[in-house]
Amino acid sequence: MFSVGITSAAYIASAVLFILALGGLNNQESAKRAVWYGIAGMGIAVVATVFGPGVYNVFLILIAIAAGGFAGYYVAGKVQMTEMPQLVAALHSFVGLAAVFIGLNADIMLHAVQQMQAAAMGVPTIADGHTVAIPAGTELTGFGEKLWHKDAVEIAILKVEVFLGIFIGAVTFTGSIVAFGKLAGKVDGKPKKLMLPSDENAVPFISGHYLNAAALIVSVLLGIMFAQGAGIWTMVLVTLIAGFIGWHLIMGIGGADMPVVVSMLNSYSGWAAAAIGFTLGNDLLIVTGALVGSSGAILSYIMCKAMNRSFVSVILGGFGGTTGPAMAVEGEQIAIDADGVASALNEADSVIIIPGYGMAVAQAQQAVSQLVTKLRAQGKTVRFAIHPVAGRLPGHMNVLLAEAKVPYDIVMEMDEINDDFPTTDVAIVIGSNDIVNPAAQDDPNSPIAGMPVLEVWKAKQVFVSKRGQGTGYSGIENPLFFKDNTRMFYGDAKKSLEELLPKID
Amino acid sequence: MKIGAPKETYEGEARVAMTPASAKDLQKLGHDCLVQSGAGLKAGFTDDAYRAADVTVVDDAAALFAQADIIAKVRPPSDAEVALLRDDQTLISFFYPGQNAELLAAANAQGATVVAMDMVPRISRAQKMDALSSMANIAGYRAVIEAGSNFGRFFTGQVTAAGKVPPAKVLVVGAGVAGLAAIGTATSLGAITYAFDVRPEVAEQVESMGAEFVFLDFNEEQTDGSATGGYAAVSSPEFTAAQLKKFREIAPDMDIVITTALIPGRDAPELWTKDMVDAMKPGSVIIDLAAERGGNCKLTVKDEKIVTENGVTIVGYTDFPSRMATQASLLYATNVRHMVSDLTPGKDGVIDHNMDDDVIRGATATHEGEVTFPPPKPKIAAIAAAPKKDKPKELTPAEKRAKEVASFKAQTKSQVTLLVVGGLLLALVGAFAPESFMSHFIVFALSCFIGFSVIWGVAHSLHTPLMAITNAISGIVILGALLQIGAGNWIVVLLSFIGVLIASINIVGGFLVTRRMLAMFQKS
Repeated sequence: MFSVGITSAAYIASAVLFILALGGLNNQESAKRAVWYGIAGMGIAVVATVFGPGVYNVFLILIAIAAGGFAGYYVAGKVQMTEMPQLVAALHSFVGLAAVFIGLNADIMLHAVQQMQAAAMGVPTIADGHTVAIPAGTELTGFGEKLWHKDAVEIAILKVEVFLGIFIGAVTFTGSIVAFGKLAGKVDGKPKKLMLPSDENAVPFISGHYLNAAALIVSVLLGIMFAQGAGIWTMVLVTLIAGFIGWHLIMGIGGADMPVVVSMLNSYSGWAAAAIGFTLGNDLLIVTGALVGSSGAILSYIMCKAMNRSFVSVILGGFGGTTGPAMAVEGEQIAIDADGVASALNEADSVIIIPGYGMAVAQAQQAVSQLVTKLRAQGKTVRFAIHPVAGRLPGHMNVLLAEAKVPYDIVMEMDEINDDFPTTDVAIVIGSNDIVNPAAQDDPNSPIAGMPVLEVWKAKQVFVSKRGQGTGYSGIENPLFFKDNTRMFYGDAKKSLEELLPKID
Repeated sequence: MKIGAPKETYEGEARVAMTPASAKDLQKLGHDCLVQSGAGLKAGFTDDAYRAADVTVVDDAAALFAQADIIAKVRPPSDAEVALLRDDQTLISFFYPGQNAELLAAANAQGATVVAMDMVPRISRAQKMDALSSMANIAGYRAVIEAGSNFGRFFTGQVTAAGKVPPAKVLVVGAGVAGLAAIGTATSLGAITYAFDVRPEVAEQVESMGAEFVFLDFNEEQTDGSATGGYAAVSSPEFTAAQLKKFREIAPDMDIVITTALIPGRDAPELWTKDMVDAMKPGSVIIDLAAERGGNCKLTVKDEKIVTENGVTIVGYTDFPSRMATQASLLYATNVRHMVSDLTPGKDGVIDHNMDDDVIRGATATHEGEVTFPPPKPKIAAIAAAPKKDKPKELTPAEKRAKEVASFKAQTKSQVTLLVVGGLLLALVGAFAPESFMSHFIVFALSCFIGFSVIWGVAHSLHTPLMAITNAISGIVILGALLQIGAGNWIVVLLSFIGVLIASINIVGGFLVTRRMLAMFQKS
């Protein structure tokens, strides 16, 4: 058993380790060390808490940790790198759910402690404002003890914190589940808002954004009632309503905006943890929650900037709703076969590959890597251009390419490489669409107008590996496919590349 | 159709317009191939090698000209060869119709169609038949090799037990295809390479090959090379003066100078004057690739190697591609093969001389009894003209200072505003909340601050690992459940139990996934 002092010292140590873990991610080499800092910090925090004061049922704890740890180990070992976005979203939902449970528990325990106090004093006392000694023989957890000493104002604040923890937790929980469904393709990626009674003749005020606003107001009202002393049923209701908000909010966001959503949910899970930290008076929870919350917030901000969209519009609506007629696309898409691509590649000196979500879906990163190795072996300059929002997670493409052992120093960011396209012989677009859409620059009426894009069309020749003529995830027509120097290399990205590989000599 | 390659008659010419490999490809287009006996010998292709590729070996040129429908040659035809041409024959070779008007008229008089490989327009689609570029590439490479064989030292610097060797300094003047090839070869041999070109936009290409671009202190607007089909244009006298001044300055330092400056249809500009040669160290080498047109150095003697009084070797060979006949023939034959391939769109051995095709039209000098040179301007520009960029106005130091002060003030203002507003809000919270809450609140505010400043530094490519690790760390909510699990109420125990369970999944899963991702990042 550790004393309170040792536990606090351990908390400080883990807080520092967490900060180092996040700070270490500023380059690839130190990142490998950073993750160990994080693991050590977490280990210290858990051990210090379990063996610290006021914790009972250690046996149960060990069972839960062992079972959870095993499940986590299993999932993390099995998951494909391409399924990473789904996994991260799914894991967020756990944090949200845990926060809801802890919040509910806090309220149940508050009642229990109040009853005990009443029994000890004979009168309901906490409101009197003076502390009552804990009677000998009463078994209280560390948290219970803290509750015992709280005065009326502190109880009120506690209730606000419980409300916040439960509300954010529940939004995170259902939001993450929907995000998981969309990323895994189990839920349709198109933005959908609930329209009542039906899509065609929706009644305002109970549809779309109004529904969210109404649900939010009801939750706040319930929260006020709860703070005034209404029972735990208010919190159960808040859980359900917040769960609905999370579901409805994320359902309304289009698939192309998922990188922002995932980092936003990441942020929420942090704020939920911080709120729980306030409830429990645990500084480590507060520190870590705030770190995670701010990190997620900044990531969302960076993503939004990369897409030239305001954060609010991403959160509240999906793509679509063009303000004017989109520019008509002229010309036709010209297909090409593997032989054509191979001969162009054999004659090219500089090649830039632009991967997108399609590469992830087709699991084509290994084939891409082999292609790059072959081309580089011939002394050609081969580089990758990564758009900040390529894929479904920030940095998604980097991870996939790293998995396929593509050296990271030929993987360039958009700003580093965008000026090089005019001097490039061949640009190969593998499964990306919006991020190479010239309409973002040419067509002010395009839904993605103003979004920074990779200027692939400036390369001498562009090959687009794509499954078919469809418009893809965001449903926007891409004039790139109709340009004179663009050839469409139809087919599954992996199969196409494997067909191409033997022809490169 | 029958395609025949005669033996080159020009003295010293070792190249051949058809190789066994290109013959096979031509046969795939439905053509039959002929070659004059011994035509490929100097380039390393024996008659047997041709026979093995199903090429008919013909004894002499007369027989070949009589049998073949298409004659593929390297050099422009001699008068005797022109006399052998027939009116249904096509001749594919270098022809230089601009300089060989009489030859052109003679060929036209025979009624033959002449496709001049040197007239292939410089557009992307035609790159595969751009024989000038293929030959220039070889010339550039060979120039460095030739320089090396005449230069008494290593290219690369070495520190050996027997003493230190300084690296050779190579200057390449004119960064066209030949210049760039020379730069690449020189740098890969380890020399310190400098390059100059009148077209400032090639500086990037030069640097990409590993050489240093020699910039002039000169501010005149330069003609963009894209306006002249990628070739250099004549520069102004002031510019030339600035350029010569720069060359004089660096001449004493250079061990090897390779000049490749040519302007289409003109004599070679004089870039390396006698005084520069005099300033060079004994043992230095000058390779003048422009010797054919009088040379960039006036001391150059065409087709000869001379040594000046101060011991500088000047090489004026004009047959660099021919000196690498095997390689040159392979490339040239491929260029010719691509040209024939464009002339045989049906791949059925039938020539369709489509004069509406930009490339074919551009290269054709005579057709159906008419001289079709010079061709009209191609419809597609060779290189898209770069839009003129407005240079940002140079700010005077005073203006710069004023700007800095202004931006500093603006920053200070916004920061102070934020601090004041934030402080007021905090004070508002502090006025009502009890002390126990405020102590936690301090921790919260500071952590947000640390979080913000730490995350800005995270590398872009690591955003996914960042997300995974923050996700793992947010599993810290497990502490909340741990603190509650000991309570007496069974519902609390159950909920906390589930809480600990799922938080553990999150922690272990999150960290493992992060580790897996990070382990994959590697340097080449």
